[in-house]
Amino acid sequence: MSVLTAAARVHEEVTVHPAGSRRRRRILDDLTGHAFLIGAVLCFALFMWYPMIRGVVMSFQRTRRGETTWVGWDNYTRIVADPSFWTAWQNTFVFTVLALVLGYALPFFVAILLNEFRHATGYLRILVYLPVMLPPASALFLFKYYAYDPSEAGLFNAILTAVHLPTSEWMQSPRMTIPAMVIASTWMNMGSAVLIYLASLQNIPGELYEAAELDGAGVWRRIVHVTIPQTRLILALLAMMQIVATMQLFIEPLILANGAGTQDSAVSVAYLIYQHGFFQNDLNGAAALGVIMLLVLAVFSAYYVRLTTRKDDA
Amino acid sequence: MLDTRKALGILLVAGLGATLTACSTKGDDSGTDTDGTVTITVDCQPVGAQKELLDNWNADVAAFEQANPDITIKSVSVGEQCNNPPDFTARLAGGTMTDVFYGYMTDLQQVLDSGRALDITSAVSASTVPTWDSVDPALKEVFTDSGKLYAVPVKNYSMGLVYNKTLFTRAGLDPANPPTTWPEVRAAAKKIAALGDGIAGYSEYSAGNTGGWHFTSLLYSQGGRVLSEDGKKADFNNPLGRQVLQNLKDMRYADDSMGDRQLLQWGDLLTSAGAGKVGMFIGAPDATQAIVSQFQGKYEDWAMGPLPGQDGPAKGTLGGGEGYFFKKDLSPEQVEAGLKWIAYQKLTPGKGQLDYVRAKPQNYPVGLPQPLLFANGSDAQKQELELRKANANVDTGNFAAFENNPVPIQGEPRNAQAIYAVLDGAMSGVLTDPKANVDTLLGTAQEKVDQLLAAGS
Repeated sequence: MSVLTAAARVHEEVTVHPAGSRRRRRILDDLTGHAFLIGAVLCFALFMWYPMIRGVVMSFQRTRRGETTWVGWDNYTRIVADPSFWTAWQNTFVFTVLALVLGYALPFFVAILLNEFRHATGYLRILVYLPVMLPPASALFLFKYYAYDPSEAGLFNAILTAVHLPTSEWMQSPRMTIPAMVIASTWMNMGSAVLIYLASLQNIPGELYEAAELDGAGVWRRIVHVTIPQTRLILALLAMMQIVATMQLFIEPLILANGAGTQDSAVSVAYLIYQHGFFQNDLNGAAALGVIMLLVLAVFSAYYVRLTTRKDDA
Repeated sequence: MLDTRKALGILLVAGLGATLTACSTKGDDSGTDTDGTVTITVDCQPVGAQKELLDNWNADVAAFEQANPDITIKSVSVGEQCNNPPDFTARLAGGTMTDVFYGYMTDLQQVLDSGRALDITSAVSASTVPTWDSVDPALKEVFTDSGKLYAVPVKNYSMGLVYNKTLFTRAGLDPANPPTTWPEVRAAAKKIAALGDGIAGYSEYSAGNTGGWHFTSLLYSQGGRVLSEDGKKADFNNPLGRQVLQNLKDMRYADDSMGDRQLLQWGDLLTSAGAGKVGMFIGAPDATQAIVSQFQGKYEDWAMGPLPGQDGPAKGTLGGGEGYFFKKDLSPEQVEAGLKWIAYQKLTPGKGQLDYVRAKPQNYPVGLPQPLLFANGSDAQKQELELRKANANVDTGNFAAFENNPVPIQGEPRNAQAIYAVLDGAMSGVLTDPKANVDTLLGTAQEKVDQLLAAGS
């Protein structure tokens, strides 16, 4: 009865207030909301959307002697004809695949391991996360000068020598360039992934493991049948994020290989963009390559967005 | 509640509006104030870490402004290295250069393409730059395009063989007689590397475009050219180019006299040189200044000879340098003010960068055969040489072999940086792969450079 009375009162208030006043109030509310949005929208518009649109426009133009002309697909045909174009894509894909194998699987298993520990968990988590706190440039210089030194004084070569294995020239060896970049990149970045996996693992109900144990499942089968299915969405999301991030490979070749490396063995698509834009007086060619990269990454990003939407819906 | 939110919203909108208005407000950019004072911004002010250089610059600005009360100089620092190519390109693309801005000789093409540089042909003369008639015409030519002058040269260098006298002595070599041919360099490098302790007898760049830069100089020493006469084709895939790479490959792998660390660029090599781990390398005289001021080396260790040739004196060496460009939208008064400043700070013996009395007690070398701005026999050159000799704080004898055996200077090729990036591959190939095929490396580089030239990038 009281519910009905309250509903009747609301109805009465609504009908009593003139429609114009409500509209004004709603408009005012909307305006205030939009005013708060302006800052963010302006930031995105100025620093994200405008440069992106400008990049696309530039990729169809050529500026010479201060005169900008429309050149159709010229920049695209020219950039595809660059002798380093396919090498850069090949290196980028190989790096992405290797980084996915190592940099994606390793943090997952480290997270499982950390999840099993009952002691010193905080300390271990900090230890794993520590490299993320180091600026990437500093971490890479450490690798360059201490770990990858091609002489026997280098950390990795010293270890290899100690265990009577052949040493490597690391970044100076075309065969080792990409694996060496993957190792450094994984070491720098795995901390964040481990923490995300850990959070996800801790959400898995303990009963599932207990049930699996009662059914006689060992550690491996528990991982395969409980852990992986329960974290599938997070695994897929991180995979997509990792692909998009690793395909923008840039700082590793720039610092570890001083650029393109031995005979282009380290050249990546992002580095080639940098090379064209900032060393070859070819900002238009760089823009064209940027657009090609954007399109490739858009495929993975679209899949990522689909996954996150599904997560939100779940 | 509604009032608070409303007030907040209005405040926010007003704030943003004010910000946008402030951003879009365009002041009077003629550079001339109502009282007739002309203001110009100038880059390449030394950074705080270069304390003495910064003090010198600031003192120069104060003295100049006192002598020219109608001119105000606003100094801008763009980093320790005044022209870091990516930063320079970004500033040029964004139009955020200073009114008078510093650039390399190789930057002329991209500066012209940006459409942001002013033709200063009619503005420069002995009345605006008193020593202008003494400035080496070859340097003016470098900054000239289609008969129009776009920059005032302020530094010029050529490359020679820089060597560590202390390591020469330790290796039983005569520090007063540096090698003059590449076979002699090879023999000396072998002896120096035999000292052990990670010392490289000869060191060379192969990354970050510096490998291609040095390949060019090494090729000039053999008598070669990077591009054909018409500038449309690569011209290094020939016996001269092969000799350059073969010399390096022999030193690196047959003699093991170039150390393990390769893929070096400017800072890497000079760091090792400062630590006494490099016997020889090719460079300009001021490489010794960088070794001392930035990489903790000692002047007394270093000396310089001419660039070696294959069987006798080098047939050519790479020259380069820097100058100041002027932004396109400057008023005639600003251009005149900029020229006066450059004339005072860069091109007047006894003032600014040529004030050797001031520099003598400082930790910067006086006596190096640089900056080679004035033509031989000109009045300004005579004055500058006299002052340099009278105030030398480094042993000029260390550079006598370089100065007394001049090698013909060749400029950098058109589109130099793009070509250097390609040639890095050939240099890194012979320095990191014992099985590298010199012909294949040159063939690949030729193909790439031809494609670059055909595309006109």
